[in-house]
Amino acid sequence: MSAARVGVVTFPGTLDDQDAARAVRLAGAEAVPLWHADHDLKGVDAVFLPGGFSYGDYLRCGAISRFSPLMTELIPAAQAGLPVLGTCNGFQILCEAHLLPGALTRNEGLHYICRDQRIRVESTRTAWTSDFADGQEIVLPIKHGEGRYVADAATLAALEGEGRVVFRYAGGNPNGSLNDIAGIANEAGNVVGLMPHPEHAVEDLTGAPSVDGRGFFTSILKRLVNA
Amino acid sequence: MARVIVDVMLKPEILDPQGQAIARALPRLGFSGVSEVRQGKRFELELDGPADEAALSEVRKMAETLLANTVIEDFAISIAE
Repeated sequence: MSAARVGVVTFPGTLDDQDAARAVRLAGAEAVPLWHADHDLKGVDAVFLPGGFSYGDYLRCGAISRFSPLMTELIPAAQAGLPVLGTCNGFQILCEAHLLPGALTRNEGLHYICRDQRIRVESTRTAWTSDFADGQEIVLPIKHGEGRYVADAATLAALEGEGRVVFRYAGGNPNGSLNDIAGIANEAGNVVGLMPHPEHAVEDLTGAPSVDGRGFFTSILKRLVNA
Repeated sequence: MARVIVDVMLKPEILDPQGQAIARALPRLGFSGVSEVRQGKRFELELDGPADEAALSEVRKMAETLLANTVIEDFAISIAE
Protein backbone atom coordinates (compact mmCIF):
# COMPACT_ATOMS: atom_id res chain seq x y z
CA MET A 1 0.00 0.00 0.00
CA SER A 2 1.41 3.40 -0.94
CA ALA A 3 1.51 6.20 1.64
CA ALA A 4 -1.16 8.88 1.69
CA ARG A 5 -0.06 11.96 -0.24
CA VAL A 6 -0.57 15.35 1.41
CA GLY A 7 0.13 18.44 -0.71
CA VAL A 8 1.89 21.40 0.93
CA VAL A 9 1.40 24.68 -0.92
CA THR A 10 4.14 27.28 -1.31
CA PHE A 11 3.28 30.85 -2.31
CA PRO A 12 5.82 33.65 -2.58
CA GLY A 13 6.23 34.65 1.07
CA THR A 14 5.11 31.35 2.60
CA LEU A 15 7.21 30.56 5.70
CA ASP A 16 5.95 27.34 7.24
CA ASP A 17 5.89 24.97 4.27
CA GLN A 18 9.05 23.11 5.30
CA ASP A 19 7.77 22.53 8.85
CA ALA A 20 4.42 21.43 7.43
CA ALA A 21 6.08 18.97 5.04
CA ARG A 22 8.21 17.62 7.88
CA ALA A 23 5.13 17.15 10.08
CA VAL A 24 3.40 15.28 7.24
CA ARG A 25 6.41 12.97 6.84
CA LEU A 26 6.71 12.38 10.60
CA ALA A 27 3.11 11.20 10.56
CA GLY A 28 3.99 8.64 7.91
CA ALA A 29 2.57 10.31 4.81
CA GLU A 30 4.26 11.60 1.69
CA ALA A 31 4.57 15.41 1.52
CA VAL A 32 3.99 16.63 -2.03
CA PRO A 33 5.23 20.18 -2.77
CA LEU A 34 2.58 22.25 -4.60
CA TRP A 35 3.58 25.51 -6.29
CA HIS A 36 1.27 28.52 -6.35
CA ALA A 37 1.82 29.19 -10.06
CA ASP A 38 0.89 25.67 -11.20
CA HIS A 39 -2.59 24.57 -12.24
CA ASP A 40 -1.78 21.19 -10.74
CA LEU A 41 -2.80 19.48 -7.50
CA LYS A 42 -0.66 16.46 -8.48
CA GLY A 43 -3.42 14.06 -7.47
CA VAL A 44 -2.88 14.57 -3.72
CA ASP A 45 -5.28 13.12 -1.13
CA ALA A 46 -5.32 16.23 1.07
CA VAL A 47 -3.81 19.73 1.10
CA PHE A 48 -2.06 21.76 3.82
CA LEU A 49 -2.05 25.55 3.32
CA PRO A 50 0.78 26.76 5.54
CA GLY A 51 1.36 30.09 7.22
CA GLY A 52 3.57 32.99 6.30
CA PHE A 53 3.10 36.27 4.48
CA SER A 54 2.01 35.18 1.01
CA TYR A 55 2.40 38.00 -1.52
CA GLY A 56 3.66 40.17 1.34
CA ASP A 57 0.12 40.38 2.78
CA TYR A 58 -0.45 43.07 0.12
CA LEU A 59 -4.00 44.47 -0.02
CA ARG A 60 -5.26 42.07 2.69
CA CYS A 61 -3.78 38.87 4.10
CA GLY A 62 -4.51 36.13 1.57
CA ALA A 63 -6.29 38.44 -0.89
CA ILE A 64 -3.78 37.97 -3.74
CA SER A 65 -2.97 34.30 -3.03
CA ARG A 66 -6.63 33.47 -3.26
CA PHE A 67 -6.52 34.14 -7.04
CA SER A 68 -3.33 32.16 -7.74
CA PRO A 69 -3.46 29.38 -10.37
CA LEU A 70 -3.09 26.69 -7.69
CA MET A 71 -6.05 28.11 -5.75
CA THR A 72 -8.27 28.09 -8.85
CA GLU A 73 -7.73 24.31 -8.84
CA LEU A 74 -7.96 23.90 -5.07
CA ILE A 75 -11.23 25.81 -4.54
CA PRO A 76 -13.47 23.46 -6.62
CA ALA A 77 -11.59 20.41 -5.30
CA ALA A 78 -12.23 21.51 -1.70
CA GLN A 79 -15.89 22.18 -2.49
CA ALA A 80 -16.05 18.62 -3.86
CA GLY A 81 -14.69 17.18 -0.60
CA LEU A 82 -10.87 17.25 -0.77
CA PRO A 83 -9.60 17.64 2.82
CA VAL A 84 -7.86 21.02 3.25
CA LEU A 85 -6.22 22.44 6.39
CA GLY A 86 -5.18 26.11 6.51
CA THR A 87 -3.11 27.43 9.39
CA CYS A 88 -2.52 31.13 10.07
CA ASN A 89 -2.02 32.70 6.62
CA GLY A 90 -3.56 29.51 5.21
CA PHE A 91 -6.71 30.21 7.31
CA GLN A 92 -6.76 33.78 6.00
CA ILE A 93 -6.52 32.47 2.42
CA LEU A 94 -9.40 30.01 3.01
CA CYS A 95 -11.58 32.90 4.25
CA GLU A 96 -10.62 35.15 1.32
CA ALA A 97 -11.45 32.24 -1.02
CA HIS A 98 -14.85 31.91 0.69
CA LEU A 99 -14.17 28.26 1.44
CA LEU A 100 -14.72 29.33 5.05
CA PRO A 101 -17.03 32.16 6.20
CA GLY A 102 -15.95 35.36 7.95
CA ALA A 103 -12.59 37.12 7.91
CA LEU A 104 -9.44 37.63 9.96
CA THR A 105 -8.66 41.21 10.93
CA ARG A 106 -5.97 43.11 12.83
CA ASN A 107 -5.48 41.89 16.40
CA GLU A 108 -7.48 43.88 18.91
CA GLY A 109 -4.34 45.05 20.71
CA LEU A 110 -2.53 45.78 17.39
CA HIS A 111 0.52 43.81 18.52
CA TYR A 112 1.92 40.85 16.65
CA ILE A 113 1.59 37.93 19.07
CA CYS A 114 4.09 35.07 19.27
CA ARG A 115 3.58 32.68 22.16
CA ASP A 116 2.34 29.26 23.27
CA GLN A 117 -1.43 29.23 23.52
CA ARG A 118 -3.94 26.89 25.17
CA ILE A 119 -6.70 25.85 22.79
CA ARG A 120 -9.84 23.81 23.41
CA VAL A 121 -10.92 21.30 20.76
CA GLU A 122 -14.64 21.95 20.26
CA SER A 123 -15.33 19.54 17.43
CA THR A 124 -13.84 16.18 16.55
CA ARG A 125 -16.21 15.74 13.61
CA THR A 126 -13.83 17.12 11.00
CA ALA A 127 -11.31 15.45 8.73
CA TRP A 128 -8.46 16.98 10.73
CA THR A 129 -9.58 16.59 14.37
CA SER A 130 -11.04 13.08 14.73
CA ASP A 131 -8.04 11.91 16.78
CA PHE A 132 -8.69 14.48 19.52
CA ALA A 133 -11.33 14.24 22.25
CA ASP A 134 -14.21 16.73 22.42
CA GLY A 135 -13.29 19.42 24.94
CA GLN A 136 -9.61 18.36 25.00
CA GLU A 137 -7.20 21.20 25.78
CA ILE A 138 -4.04 21.34 23.69
CA VAL A 139 -1.13 23.78 23.50
CA LEU A 140 0.07 25.14 20.16
CA PRO A 141 2.23 28.11 19.14
CA ILE A 142 0.48 31.17 17.75
CA LYS A 143 2.26 33.89 15.76
CA HIS A 144 0.12 36.44 13.97
CA GLY A 145 -0.83 40.09 13.66
CA GLU A 146 -4.15 39.56 11.89
CA GLY A 147 -5.92 36.77 13.76
CA ARG A 148 -9.06 38.39 15.09
CA TYR A 149 -11.88 36.28 13.67
CA VAL A 150 -14.98 38.26 12.70
CA ALA A 151 -18.25 37.32 11.02
CA ASP A 152 -21.74 38.77 11.06
CA ALA A 153 -24.19 37.68 13.75
CA ALA A 154 -26.07 35.26 11.49
CA THR A 155 -22.84 33.52 10.41
CA LEU A 156 -21.62 33.25 14.01
CA ALA A 157 -24.95 31.78 15.09
CA ALA A 158 -24.79 29.25 12.24
CA LEU A 159 -21.20 28.26 13.10
CA GLU A 160 -22.11 27.78 16.76
CA GLY A 161 -25.41 26.04 16.04
CA GLU A 162 -23.92 23.61 13.53
CA GLY A 163 -20.90 22.75 15.69
CA ARG A 164 -18.49 24.28 13.19
CA VAL A 165 -16.41 26.16 15.76
CA VAL A 166 -13.57 23.63 15.87
CA PHE A 167 -11.12 25.41 18.20
CA ARG A 168 -11.53 28.07 20.88
CA TYR A 169 -8.82 29.96 22.74
CA ALA A 170 -8.61 28.86 26.39
CA GLY A 171 -7.14 30.79 29.30
CA GLY A 172 -7.62 34.19 27.66
CA ASN A 173 -8.38 35.49 24.19
CA PRO A 174 -5.11 36.67 22.59
CA ASN A 175 -6.47 38.72 19.69
CA GLY A 176 -10.09 39.70 20.31
CA SER A 177 -11.59 36.97 18.12
CA LEU A 178 -15.38 36.89 18.36
CA ASN A 179 -16.61 34.06 20.63
CA ASP A 180 -12.90 33.24 21.33
CA ILE A 181 -12.81 31.45 17.96
CA ALA A 182 -9.40 30.02 17.01
CA GLY A 183 -10.55 27.77 14.17
CA ILE A 184 -13.63 26.77 12.16
CA ALA A 185 -14.76 24.20 9.59
CA ASN A 186 -16.97 24.27 6.52
CA GLU A 187 -20.32 22.50 6.54
CA ALA A 188 -18.89 19.19 5.30
CA GLY A 189 -15.99 19.27 7.79
CA ASN A 190 -13.33 18.64 5.13
CA VAL A 191 -12.04 22.23 5.17
CA VAL A 192 -10.63 23.47 8.48
CA GLY A 193 -8.82 26.74 9.22
CA LEU A 194 -7.15 27.86 12.43
CA MET A 195 -4.70 30.54 13.51
CA PRO A 196 -2.48 28.32 15.75
CA HIS A 197 0.30 26.19 14.27
CA PRO A 198 0.05 22.40 14.65
CA GLU A 199 3.02 21.92 12.29
CA HIS A 200 5.30 23.63 14.86
CA ALA A 201 4.26 21.22 17.63
CA VAL A 202 5.12 17.73 16.42
CA GLU A 203 8.46 16.90 18.03
CA ASP A 204 10.31 17.66 21.25
CA LEU A 205 13.57 18.31 19.43
CA THR A 206 12.54 21.80 18.29
CA GLY A 207 11.54 23.04 21.74
CA ALA A 208 7.84 22.95 20.90
CA PRO A 209 5.48 23.49 23.86
CA SER A 210 3.84 20.13 23.13
CA VAL A 211 3.49 17.50 20.44
CA ASP A 212 -0.27 18.14 20.29
CA GLY A 213 0.03 19.12 16.63
CA ARG A 214 0.51 15.47 15.73
CA GLY A 215 -3.22 14.90 16.25
CA PHE A 216 -4.04 16.86 13.08
CA PHE A 217 -1.84 14.62 10.98
CA THR A 218 -2.86 11.32 12.58
CA SER A 219 -6.52 12.38 12.11
CA ILE A 220 -6.16 13.02 8.41
CA LEU A 221 -4.09 9.88 7.84
CA LYS A 222 -6.74 7.69 9.50
CA ARG A 223 -9.37 9.33 7.31
CA LEU A 224 -7.34 8.77 4.14
CA VAL A 225 -6.46 5.17 4.96
CA ASN A 226 -10.09 4.37 5.75
CA ALA A 227 -11.43 6.24 2.72
CA MET B 1 -9.11 58.92 -20.05
CA ALA B 2 -10.52 59.18 -16.59
CA ARG B 3 -9.53 58.51 -13.02
CA VAL B 4 -11.91 56.57 -10.83
CA ILE B 5 -11.55 56.48 -7.05
CA VAL B 6 -12.54 53.47 -4.98
CA ASP B 7 -12.71 54.13 -1.23
CA VAL B 8 -12.77 51.03 0.95
CA MET B 9 -13.78 51.22 4.62
CA LEU B 10 -14.30 48.60 7.29
CA LYS B 11 -18.01 48.15 7.91
CA PRO B 12 -19.23 50.25 10.85
CA GLU B 13 -19.72 47.19 13.07
CA ILE B 14 -16.17 45.89 12.51
CA LEU B 15 -13.67 46.92 15.17
CA ASP B 16 -10.92 49.19 13.80
CA PRO B 17 -8.06 49.05 16.31
CA GLN B 18 -5.78 51.06 13.97
CA GLY B 19 -8.30 53.90 13.85
CA GLN B 20 -8.62 53.76 17.64
CA ALA B 21 -4.84 53.97 18.05
CA ILE B 22 -4.75 57.04 15.79
CA ALA B 23 -7.61 58.61 17.75
CA ARG B 24 -5.68 58.06 20.99
CA ALA B 25 -2.52 59.57 19.49
CA LEU B 26 -4.17 62.84 18.43
CA PRO B 27 -4.65 64.33 21.91
CA ARG B 28 -1.06 63.40 22.80
CA LEU B 29 0.03 65.54 19.85
CA GLY B 30 -2.08 68.47 20.98
CA PHE B 31 -5.02 67.96 18.61
CA SER B 32 -8.45 68.08 20.20
CA GLY B 33 -12.07 67.80 19.10
CA VAL B 34 -11.89 64.40 17.34
CA SER B 35 -14.26 61.84 18.83
CA GLU B 36 -13.52 58.90 16.49
CA VAL B 37 -11.14 57.84 13.69
CA ARG B 38 -11.82 55.07 11.16
CA GLN B 39 -8.97 54.06 8.84
CA GLY B 40 -9.61 52.91 5.27
CA LYS B 41 -7.98 52.45 1.86
CA ARG B 42 -8.16 54.58 -1.30
CA PHE B 43 -7.52 53.15 -4.77
CA GLU B 44 -6.98 55.43 -7.80
CA LEU B 45 -7.69 53.66 -11.08
CA GLU B 46 -6.53 55.27 -14.35
CA LEU B 47 -8.92 54.11 -17.06
CA ASP B 48 -7.94 53.73 -20.72
CA GLY B 49 -11.24 55.28 -21.78
CA PRO B 50 -14.00 57.43 -20.33
CA ALA B 51 -15.69 56.68 -17.01
CA ASP B 52 -18.95 55.70 -18.65
CA GLU B 53 -21.55 53.35 -17.27
CA ALA B 54 -19.87 50.23 -18.68
CA ALA B 55 -16.49 51.19 -17.23
CA LEU B 56 -17.99 51.99 -13.83
CA SER B 57 -19.79 48.65 -13.87
CA GLU B 58 -16.41 46.97 -14.43
CA VAL B 59 -14.86 48.96 -11.59
CA ARG B 60 -17.69 47.81 -9.33
CA LYS B 61 -16.84 44.21 -10.22
CA MET B 62 -13.14 44.86 -9.50
CA ALA B 63 -14.06 46.32 -6.11
CA GLU B 64 -16.30 43.39 -5.20
CA THR B 65 -13.81 40.80 -6.43
CA LEU B 66 -10.46 42.12 -5.25
CA LEU B 67 -10.24 45.64 -3.85
CA ALA B 68 -12.66 45.06 -0.99
CA ASN B 69 -13.52 42.02 1.10
CA THR B 70 -17.25 42.59 1.28
CA VAL B 71 -17.49 40.30 4.30
CA ILE B 72 -15.91 43.06 6.40
CA GLU B 73 -15.61 46.12 4.12
CA ASP B 74 -17.84 48.56 2.23
CA PHE B 75 -16.68 50.44 -0.85
CA ALA B 76 -17.68 53.65 -2.64
CA ILE B 77 -16.86 54.54 -6.24
CA SER B 78 -16.43 58.11 -7.46
CA ILE B 79 -14.99 59.83 -10.53
CA ALA B 80 -12.07 62.18 -9.94
CA GLU B 81 -12.48 65.71 -11.32
